Amino acid sequence: MALLEVKGLHASYGPTRVLHGMNFAIDEGSITAVLGANGAGKTTTLRALCGMVKTEGEVRFGGARIDGRLTEDIVRLGIAHVPDGRGTFVNLTTEENLRLGAYTHKDPAAVESDLERVFGYFPRLKERLRQQAGTLSGGEQQMLAVSRAMMLRPRLLLLDEPSFGLAPLLVRELFEIMRTVNQRERVSILLVEQNAAMALDLADHAYLIETGRVVLSGPADEIKRDDAVRRSYLGY
Amino acid sequence: MDAFIHQVLSGLATGGIYASLALALVMIYQVTHLVNFAQGEMAMFSTYAAWSLINAGMGYWPAFLLTVLFAFALGVVIERVVIRPVEDAPVLAIVVIFIALLVILNSATGWIYSYTIKTFPSPFPKEPLFGNTYVSSHELGAIGVTLVVLVLLYVFFRFTPLGLAMRAVAQNPESSRLVGIRVGWMLALGWGLAAAVGAVAGMMIAPIVYLDPNMMGGILLYAFAAALLGGIESPFGAVLGGFVVGVLENVLGAYVIGNDLKLSVALGLIIGVLLVRPSGFFGRVHVTRV
Ligand SMILES: Nc1ncnc2c1ncn2[C@@H]1O[C@H](COP(=O)(O)OP(=O)(O)OP(=O)(O)O)[C@@H](O)[C@H]1O
Ligand SMILES: [Mg+2]
Repeated sequence: MALLEVKGLHASYGPTRVLHGMNFAIDEGSITAVLGANGAGKTTTLRALCGMVKTEGEVRFGGARIDGRLTEDIVRLGIAHVPDGRGTFVNLTTEENLRLGAYTHKDPAAVESDLERVFGYFPRLKERLRQQAGTLSGGEQQMLAVSRAMMLRPRLLLLDEPSFGLAPLLVRELFEIMRTVNQRERVSILLVEQNAAMALDLADHAYLIETGRVVLSGPADEIKRDDAVRRSYLGY
Repeated sequence: MDAFIHQVLSGLATGGIYASLALALVMIYQVTHLVNFAQGEMAMFSTYAAWSLINAGMGYWPAFLLTVLFAFALGVVIERVVIRPVEDAPVLAIVVIFIALLVILNSATGWIYSYTIKTFPSPFPKEPLFGNTYVSSHELGAIGVTLVVLVLLYVFFRFTPLGLAMRAVAQNPESSRLVGIRVGWMLALGWGLAAAVGAVAGMMIAPIVYLDPNMMGGILLYAFAAALLGGIESPFGAVLGGFVVGVLENVLGAYVIGNDLKLSVALGLIIGVLLVRPSGFFGRVHVTRV
C-alpha cells in the first residue's frame, strides 16, 4: 500500500488557485522525485501536504486522511518537511535548532542518540553547536535544515530543493546521505529538485508537474529517457 | 548623601516593578509584534483578586500564589477568547481591542470594587530590615521578589524544552509548526506568563501606590519607557531599562523636576528613545546570512 496517497488535490493562495487536482502516490520506503519548471507548483505541493496552504481534495498518510489537519498534527504523524528557504531559527544556536527538531520526542536518551546519529551524517554541525544558526554558511544551514528534519525520526521526509546554494561536491555528498537515510533508516523521501539529472539518478519514481498538474509519471529511469524531459530538464 | 542613596534604592524597588511589567510587554510583543496596552489593567485586576483573597482571611503568601495562578489563567483565556479570533486582523483593529480590554477591565474593577482607594498589605515587616535607614523593608522585599521572578523566567526560557519552544515560536511560527510545536498553545502560554509576571508587579507596587482601578496607568507608561529604552525586542534590555527608569524617575523627581512632574520623565524618555535610537539600547541586531 502507498504510504502517501493524493487524490484531486487543489491548493490556493487567497483567490489564486495554484494546484489543479493533483494525483500521485509515494510507496513506503521509496524515493520519489518531483520535477517541474519554476512556478509549476512544487513548493506549493509540499506545503499542501503539510497543511500550510488552503487545500481541497484528499491526502492519505498511512491510510488515514490528513488533509485539513493542523500542520503540527501532521508533523507529529511522522512527516518532516525541509521547507523552501530552510526555515532555520536564525537567532537560536545550532544545537537549539536540532533539539527543536526532536521537540515531539520526550525521551532524553533517545534525543541524544539521534543527535549522534545526525552528527554521523554531518560531522561539521558538531563543531558549530554553540554558534548562532543565522551565522552558519549557506551550506551548513542546509545541512542543519536536513538534520533538524531527521531529528523528528520521520517516516516521510519532504525535501524542497535541498541542494540549493550548495557547492557541487556537497550536493553529491548530500544525495549520498539521502540514499543512506532512505536505505538504512527506511525513511521514504519526496524530493523536489532543480537538479533533475541527480534527482532522477537517486529516485525510484518521478513525477513531472506543469502549472499545478501532474503531466508525467513513472519509474525514474523511464522518465530519464523521456524525450521531452531530456530536452527541458536534462539539457541534452 | 544618605538621602541620595535612599532615592536610588527606592528607585531600584519601583524600577524592578517597571522591569517586570516591561518584560511582560516584551513577551507579548515578541509573539504579536504589538504592545499590549491592557497589560497594566490585567495586573491591576489580578491585584484586586489578591486583595479579595486576603480580605477573606487568606494568608498573604497563599493569596499571592493563588493570584499568580489566577492571572496566568486570565492571560490564557484572554488570548484564546479575545485575541485568537482577531489574530489575522489589521494592526489597528488589534490595537483597538487592546484598548477595549483596558477600558473593560478598568470599569469592571471599578464596578465590582468601587473607585475608592484601598490599602494593600505588604508581606514584609514594618521595621526596616537589617536596621538600615535607607530603604523600607517592603522596598527591599520587592527588589528580592522581582529578582526571583527574573531568575525563574531566565531558567525557564533558557533551560527547558518548553521555554525553547516559546522562543522558537516568537522567532519563526511556521518553522515551529514544522517541528510539531502547537503554536496556538504557546501563544496562550506566553500571555499567561506575561499576565502572571504582571500580577506579581501589581502586588508589589500596590502597597506603595495603593489600590485603585487607575493605579497602573502611570506605571505602564514607565514600563513602556523601560521596554523602549532597552529595545522592545530584548528581554534583557527591558529589565535593565526598568531599573534605569526607576532610578532616574526617583532621582530626577527628588532633585531636578519635583514629584509632580515625575511622569514626564517617562514621556521624555519615550520621545527621546524614539528620536535617537528607535531600536533601543539593546535592540537586537539581527545577524543573518541569506
Ligand atoms: N504566497 C503566495 N501567494 C500567492 N501566490 C503564490 C504564493 N506562493 C506561490 N505562489 C504562486 O504559486 C505558483 C506556484 O509556486 P511554487 O512556489 O509552488 O512554485 P515552484 O514550483 O516551487 O517554483 P520554484 O521552482 O521557483 O521554487 C507560482 O505561480 C507562484 O507565483
Ligand atoms: Mg519552490
